[in-house]
Amino acid sequence: MSGVPLVYYLILAVIMFSLGAVGVLVRKNALVVFMSLELMFNSANLLFITFANFYKSLNGQVLVIFVMTTAAAEVAIGLALMVAIFRSRHTIDVDQMNSLKG
Amino acid sequence: MTIDLILFIAVALTAIGAAVAMILSRNAVYSALFLILNFMSVAAFYLVLGAPFIALAQITIYAGAIMVLFLFVIMLLGAEKMKEQDPVKWQRPAAILLSLAFAVEGTLAVFKKLDHSIYMNSLSGALADPASIGELLFNQYALPFEITSVILLVAVIGAVVLSRVEKKEGAK
Repeated sequence: MSGVPLVYYLILAVIMFSLGAVGVLVRKNALVVFMSLELMFNSANLLFITFANFYKSLNGQVLVIFVMTTAAAEVAIGLALMVAIFRSRHTIDVDQMNSLKG
Repeated sequence: MTIDLILFIAVALTAIGAAVAMILSRNAVYSALFLILNFMSVAAFYLVLGAPFIALAQITIYAGAIMVLFLFVIMLLGAEKMKEQDPVKWQRPAAILLSLAFAVEGTLAVFKKLDHSIYMNSLSGALADPASIGELLFNQYALPFEITSVILLVAVIGAVVLSRVEKKEGAK
């Protein structure tokens, strides 16, 4: 079985990361911005797994577990922040969050 | 074209299509569901690359726990449909252009630098075994593992503190 070239996996990860960056920069709904961040985490994880396979080492897979738990913590805090912001400002549009502006 | 390559391209197109649809959806609930589709297809890649434990953790943690949290918050805030206007007119085209440049640059760098004849094969035996991941996690990575638990504890406390309704001083 010949399999798939390593390069294809890397290109897929690059494309997914760029799409996540577009989502972060373009969307105004803070929740969708968070989802795009998850997409970027996901592409980094795909790279870790790909190279774990390439180097026949399990360290990459263990790092993915750490990335996943950190992402989970980040999402929990981020969504709690979202709820707190929505309570005081009644919107989660990232352009409306400018009360610290001088 | 081998059957592996055809399957890879099909799943990769699903992943990319789901990511694009997530960005383009006007409704945040649809965005969340498309992101779940993307996570599922990436989990399929993990499975092919010989990481069954990570693939199932991806589905249970990401597609299960995290996205359910997202959907709860979307419905709690009623933020599924939001009128989006941009005050900075040039931001959207500039963002798309810069990200496209990044994608092209990354693809070219990968294409030029790396050998195209390196093929991925699925792992077998001890390397694909969850038991060996556990062994590594609790021996070599024991300290980072403990630190992760502290991070999660801080996140839980932070989430509770941030989402608590503040009582007025006079109400007591």
